[in-house]
Amino acid sequence: MGDSLLYFIEVTIGGLLAGVMYSLVALGFVLIFKASGIFNFAQGVMALFAALTLVGLMEKLGVPAWVAIVMTIGVMILLAWLIERLVLQHLVNQDPIILFMATIGLAYVLEGVGDLMWGSDVKALNVGLPDGAVDWMFDLGIYVTKLELVAAATAAALVAVLAVFFQRTRIGRALRAVADDHQAALSVGISLRTIWVIVWSVSGIVALVAGIMWGSSSGVQFSLSLIALKALPVLILGGFTSIPGAIIGGLIIGVGEKWAEIYLGDYIGHAIENWFAYVLALAFLLIRPQGLFGEKIIERV
Amino acid sequence: MSDAAQASGETVADTADALLSVNNIEVIYDHVILVLKGVSLEVPAGGIVALLGANGAGKTTTLKAISNLLHAERGEVTKGAILFEGEAVQALTPNDLVKRGVIQVMEGRHCFEHLTVDENLLTGAYTRSDGRAGIQRDLEMVYDYFPRLQQRRTSLAGYTSGGEQQMTAIGRALMARPKMILLDEPSMGLAPQLVETIFDTVKRLNEQEGVTFLLAEQNTNVALKYATYGYILENGRVVLDGDASALRENEDVKEFYLGLSSSGRKSYRDVKHYKRRKRWLA
Ligand SMILES: Nc1ncnc2c1ncn2[C@@H]1O[C@H](COP(=O)(O)OP(=O)(O)O)[C@@H](O)[C@H]1O
Ligand SMILES: [Mg+2]
Repeated sequence: MGDSLLYFIEVTIGGLLAGVMYSLVALGFVLIFKASGIFNFAQGVMALFAALTLVGLMEKLGVPAWVAIVMTIGVMILLAWLIERLVLQHLVNQDPIILFMATIGLAYVLEGVGDLMWGSDVKALNVGLPDGAVDWMFDLGIYVTKLELVAAATAAALVAVLAVFFQRTRIGRALRAVADDHQAALSVGISLRTIWVIVWSVSGIVALVAGIMWGSSSGVQFSLSLIALKALPVLILGGFTSIPGAIIGGLIIGVGEKWAEIYLGDYIGHAIENWFAYVLALAFLLIRPQGLFGEKIIERV
Repeated sequence: MSDAAQASGETVADTADALLSVNNIEVIYDHVILVLKGVSLEVPAGGIVALLGANGAGKTTTLKAISNLLHAERGEVTKGAILFEGEAVQALTPNDLVKRGVIQVMEGRHCFEHLTVDENLLTGAYTRSDGRAGIQRDLEMVYDYFPRLQQRRTSLAGYTSGGEQQMTAIGRALMARPKMILLDEPSMGLAPQLVETIFDTVKRLNEQEGVTFLLAEQNTNVALKYATYGYILENGRVVLDGDASALRENEDVKEFYLGLSSSGRKSYRDVKHYKRRKRWLA
């Protein structure tokens, strides 16, 4: 195999794995947006908050990683409950923009609370995930870390579990019903408040998974919340209400920005990675505003 | 309930007999728009009661006031009382109400478009806790009442016809095992033959399953054919009520709602609205 082909494969795999992170964050967005029509600005900060909580619990309590993870899941569910209680419940029926502003507030609150409780220094996160290069691939001349593969496998497993949850369970069906038609869901006795707590919890758990993966490779620090900014172009690409869209959109952006960096960088300047996603999203907005998987929005009268 | 009984004023016994009684309610939207200006009505257990009136009269608002779906539209009951089985139910959530046995089928069906017909029906059983077997049995019962749905079980509801969606919406409500269904404009947009089929089924559900119906309709003709009692709403007030047979013979109803006038059609506006009946608290 030629070197350039190997390099291409390595870059592509690297891009796909980076894309998995974007997908996870976008997935959290989509879940909340589908169920409540809220654009959750705080999704990225939730990943940071979850990772901070996890690191904090491991450090301060000295408990094993898996105990800390279970406790953090508990914290994320509690957080979802509090958000419903203190924020959403009081803002039902308000304009989407007001709810959006509320999530901006929420982002700052979470950031502040995370800082206050666990400090703002960069923390290493080690939950015992394997590290180092994957040997047989390394022998072939492709450098991929085990952590990256674990991250991808975990994300895939998470998506599979969510798919089963949505398709096969009573609560999952109720979630899809709410996403389809709030009024009708209310009319058959589905409690929107319960559903909101559930989706925010699920989103919180997805954020935790993203936080663990990102934190394990780059440390837990504020920049974690910035991957949320990459989630926006992913959403534009995949459509705001499509779960497969979030996943595929994330992968496309992840791979696309790596390719652009490597193959276009020499011609139009480097650091393309920083803006490529936004340009791609802009192009998409012009060509296919509903996203890859989103439905055409038809106003019915 | 005969007209004579009405005229003698409601007694406590009357109210206790009714499965549902709505007493002089006022509804305001957005804190300022007064839509219902004192509506009272009663639905006896086992009855089919029709709520009639032109577009905008306040039928949907009345049904939503009962099912407590008004909050979601920034509407509020500001006066009066709503009693189901003798108990005030205004403070209950729609979830509690469905558990108690009152469920609404909304105007325009509102099926879950991305769920299959089967899944739509199952969402109706969301509040039940009596186990899979009972739910499965009722699912088959719904398909017995609506054989047309049987072939569409796995189709997404969004891709079924208007009639099938109406059947799905009614079937979904049945899955909650309700005592009472509030049915809003079931005939809307359906071919006359389908309308008859739907109303036939309503009648059979009423007789065989003991479900009580309060149905809102603009199609006065069909509604009065199947209902036992009717109320006519105009501008947020009940202007006339009586047994369905009496309403069918009423000259004004014939003229304005059934289009059967012998003396040439008059304009709606030329005629004084009915004086509101002196009823509750009067
Ligand atoms: N959400 C709402 N906000 C403000 N006004 C409303 C709302 N819903 C209905 N209305 C008004 O209330 C009146 C009665 O409406 P509705 O109950 O839907 O009548 P009907 O079902 O008999 O056609 C209408 O004038 C309508 O414009
Ligand atoms: Mg209506």
